[in-house]
Amino acid sequence: MTEEVIKIEDLKGYYRGSFGIVHAVDGVLLSVNKGDIMGIAGESGCGKTSLAELITGRPIQLLQHEGGQVYVNDLSMYGVDDEVIRKEILCKVMGYVPQASQNSLNPVKKIRNFILDAMRERVGTKPKNKEKVLNQVAEHFKKLGLEKSVMDKYPHELSGGMKQRVVVGISTLWNPLILIVDEPTSALDVTTQKLLIETFIHLKKIGIVETILFISHDIPVLAQICNKCVIMYAGRIVEKASMDDIINNPQHPYTKMLMFSIACFNPDGSAETKLEGIPGIPPDLKNPPKGCRFYPRCSSRLEKCKENYPPFFIPRTESNPVACWLYEEVGD
Amino acid sequence: MKKEILKIQNLTKKYTSGLIRTKETIAVENASFKLYSGEILSLVGESGSGKTTIANLILRFIQPTEGEIFYEGKEIHDIPTKDYYKNVQGIFQDPYSSFNYFYRIDHMLNQVFKYSLKGITNKRKALESALSIVGLNTDDILGRFPHQISGGQLQRVLIARALLFKPKLIIADEPTSMIDSSSRADILNLFKELKEGTTNTEGISIIFISHDIGQAQYISERVLIMKEGSIVEQGLTEEVFLNPDHPYTKNLLACCPSIYRKWELD
Repeated sequence: MTEEVIKIEDLKGYYRGSFGIVHAVDGVLLSVNKGDIMGIAGESGCGKTSLAELITGRPIQLLQHEGGQVYVNDLSMYGVDDEVIRKEILCKVMGYVPQASQNSLNPVKKIRNFILDAMRERVGTKPKNKEKVLNQVAEHFKKLGLEKSVMDKYPHELSGGMKQRVVVGISTLWNPLILIVDEPTSALDVTTQKLLIETFIHLKKIGIVETILFISHDIPVLAQICNKCVIMYAGRIVEKASMDDIINNPQHPYTKMLMFSIACFNPDGSAETKLEGIPGIPPDLKNPPKGCRFYPRCSSRLEKCKENYPPFFIPRTESNPVACWLYEEVGD
Repeated sequence: MKKEILKIQNLTKKYTSGLIRTKETIAVENASFKLYSGEILSLVGESGSGKTTIANLILRFIQPTEGEIFYEGKEIHDIPTKDYYKNVQGIFQDPYSSFNYFYRIDHMLNQVFKYSLKGITNKRKALESALSIVGLNTDDILGRFPHQISGGQLQRVLIARALLFKPKLIIADEPTSMIDSSSRADILNLFKELKEGTTNTEGISIIFISHDIGQAQYISERVLIMKEGSIVEQGLTEEVFLNPDHPYTKNLLACCPSIYRKWELD
């Protein structure tokens, strides 16, 4: 029996400001099982990061929770006291590594002092036996492939990949069984990317984390680590499937076109197949279209797509849900 | 035999910092290569490998410390500036910061006419033809402000700007890295079309600078692999990517994520 660790029900989160209301996350349904490494992919502005922020229960300012619920280990994240969330979920079972978090290291503090700061924030008091605590941290860092000497350095002395691993190391100090990482590899070179991905796989192998939500726009990177993947478009999930199916057997018209547009290194030959871009631009989320959000750009659209947003259907030959009217006759 | 359009010989660029106790950083070291007419040459390397320095040297934004660059047989610093830029144009990484957001897009395109194309009487027609090559509709672009169109469109306007000069060589420095993958494919295809040329226009030679091996494989005939300022390997795209010689290239290709294979991770 697979255990559901994150369950998201009709989650909505809008940005409200003088610019209007941006429907960044607009009705997301998703469940993540224990042991999954789930990729969340999509173009920029499709709501990947907003979704991650909402899952943590306390999103950044301007982004407001507008409806729906997130359950982490059966505990609801909204409508509960902040302190309960902080004590029971954040730091304890869920770690979050936001986008560009390697820049959040304190530039005037050595890594060891930064860690002590983080500990004080977490525990409430200064650790009594600093050396003992730091030795434990060093042990933990060793598992991520970081030398002990890293602790005595300032952030500017470390390379981008090292900083990223330090941040991942700090986020996983309390063995959070769920880890959410947002674009961890996007500013890194391919060789460093590979090291970081190996780090994540190692963390999972030794049991420090069990479930990973991996947000990236880079599908070739997701292909290396994820076993499942969801594709987002304009604030909604359009397809949920195994990673292999997304790559080899995509169903939603958007996923199909997206896979055709990726220029990817092919180790076995020249990339002879011609790439095709997706015509048009994503809709303005301040004023999202009433029907299917991909309707204006879709090549196989139907009449009803214009007015009604499709629920998830399961295509006849497949087992994965796709939000597209093309698969309606199969039933849900 | 194809004509040699650009020749780079023993090019070195050192940056020095500090006033009294100076410190030297070697950005490009002893780079030599040639570019023939009608081909796309990719410069591939990780960050800090000197790709952009080479682009800036060719575009005369910075002076080389040593070595020479010849454009059609002439040392580039001996060619009058305007003549050089009529033939060699650049396209850069960030389309969003290349525009002045206070002016309409027309403003920047009109500056091209002010700079070098004073003789042209029918500006509108020249603009229309340049914009149509890059797949844009004149009415969608002219009269609008940069924030009103998407990043992919902005980048295409910048390519159209370069095309107004009718250049023979385009230096494209990471032109797709800030663009969504859905429009990225269109830009790559556009470069391929520009290389081929049309019935009215000659093909343009392109130096395509990228950290993305997949894009380089898709677009180019020849490729240079750079590491820490030096060119470690160069050759035909297929040969370099299928049978790499240099250990660095081998490692780079092994690390490159691909949807066609999975890494063997333990």
